[in-house]
Amino acid sequence: MKNSLIIAGKELAAFFVQPVAYVVMSVFLLLGGFFFFALLRRFDLVLQIYAAMQNPQVLEHLNLNSWVIEPMLHNLSIVLVILVPAITMRSFAEEKRTGTYELLLTAPIRTGEIVAGKFIAAALFVLIMIGLAAMFPLILILFGNPEIGVAFSGYLGLSFLAVGFVAVGLFTSSVTQNQIIAAISCFGVLLMLYVISWPAESGGAAFAGLLRYISLPEHFSRMVSGIIDTKDIVYFLSLIFVALFLTQRSVESARWR
Amino acid sequence: MIEVRNLTKLYGEFVAIRDVSFTAENGSILGFLGPNGAGKTTTMRIITGFMPATSGTVLIDGLDIFTQSLEARRKIGYLPENPPLYADMRVDAYLRFVARLRGVPRSKLADALDHAITVCGLENVSHRICGQLSKGYRQRVGLAQALIHDPPVLVMDEPTIGLDPRQIHEIRGLIKTLSGSRTVVLSTHILPEVSQICDKVVIIADGHVVLEEKLAALPEGSSLEDVFLKAITKERHDLEQAREETLEEVDAGRG
Ligand SMILES: Nc1ncnc2c1ncn2[C@@H]1O[C@H](COP(=O)(O)OP(=O)(O)O)[C@@H](O)[C@H]1O
Ligand SMILES: [Mg+2]
Repeated sequence: MKNSLIIAGKELAAFFVQPVAYVVMSVFLLLGGFFFFALLRRFDLVLQIYAAMQNPQVLEHLNLNSWVIEPMLHNLSIVLVILVPAITMRSFAEEKRTGTYELLLTAPIRTGEIVAGKFIAAALFVLIMIGLAAMFPLILILFGNPEIGVAFSGYLGLSFLAVGFVAVGLFTSSVTQNQIIAAISCFGVLLMLYVISWPAESGGAAFAGLLRYISLPEHFSRMVSGIIDTKDIVYFLSLIFVALFLTQRSVESARWR
Repeated sequence: MIEVRNLTKLYGEFVAIRDVSFTAENGSILGFLGPNGAGKTTTMRIITGFMPATSGTVLIDGLDIFTQSLEARRKIGYLPENPPLYADMRVDAYLRFVARLRGVPRSKLADALDHAITVCGLENVSHRICGQLSKGYRQRVGLAQALIHDPPVLVMDEPTIGLDPRQIHEIRGLIKTLSGSRTVVLSTHILPEVSQICDKVVIIADGHVVLEEKLAALPEGSSLEDVFLKAITKERHDLEQAREETLEEVDAGRG
């Protein structure tokens, strides 16, 4: 554990001296801000229309959560599919390319500790990013009364999703010494998690059930709409665990080649 | 003490080293000499636990580098062929990171850092970024990280490669001073380097050891160069003989 924290500290410090980290964070927050204000503007317009039509029933059903926060979180999740690979692509690939891998693997630490350290650092980085994006619903509190619980559930979902993406990114970085290959294959795996349920529409029942379970949007959507279910949390934890396990195996097996 | 026992390493089908054995005695400097591609880096990577051998073992002060890997690795300081520096880290931050990774307790961190920086002559660059250092200073930082935890065993892969003559002279001096009571193995393809700093020489050619000898025990009057050439020529001769014998056997089998 101590060794993991030593590595995490070094990794985290490294993030903040790289321009990539700042670019990623800025792009995430700028896009988030853009979605937020665009959606808010649209919501405002809809409110005005129904107010003009004097339709109180519909007005009651219009709320900030489903018109602003939820779509914003869905958009941000797609942005993360592109940004997380950019954050994690360096982690192992760069160490292999520059030769610092020899330093890490000959130090008296376990490969699991190396993986854990890198994971903690990258996960903290995306969580900080998402934490900063929490300012959007906070702004809403000033103007209206969004349901805090639903927003919280949505942000929790986004956090789980981002940390799961990080674990996948670490894995793809651990199998190559080329950052571009690491990033593109991570991107491919993450997109696959989005679309994997498509054949379920036409497949057999058991097969379809499995694909739907693996499919990420099902679990994420539920959390965004305010439902915190252990089933979905178990899904994200499994994703993280499986990806980290594969990473550890891949780092360990690099010794054997 | 480092005991290398019958190491063989295959990269796929390719035999990089075969049946390599030698011993580095406590407190001595062993020169691991061989032409490029002879298998020096491969052997050192196995000694330091970076990768396993296909067969054979290495004992570091009696600890097996594979079965007692963590304990054995704790005893080793390692300077790989390319100094393993993080280009965007400051020299002092980098050394502190390595020290902690190598298990130097917090209370001794400052002393260990000061010592490594002083011994390796890094006072003037300790606040610089590793990626901006000259080749000579990169090598010094590499040395500093290898001995930051005061290891009893020091393994260095071609520590003077790519340096200019003045830097080579400095680094050799440095290796002599900091070896002290440590067991040191350093690889090189430069003959005079061995006679200048080592107590013992192991010559490797085409992946296997052709000579293991104390420098003092080398025949009087013969330079290391003669010994090296003789050993390598003898190796070639033996190989050819073995090949001929095999061919003869094959022929005999056919006849
Ligand atoms: N990862 C590898 N895969 C395949 N062959 C390798 C690998 N590393 C080294 N070799 C080969 O093994 C032989 C020994 O290499 P090396 O140990 O680096 O020699 P040296 O350090 O003495 O120059 C060389 O022929 C080299 O091409
Ligand atoms: Mg080499």
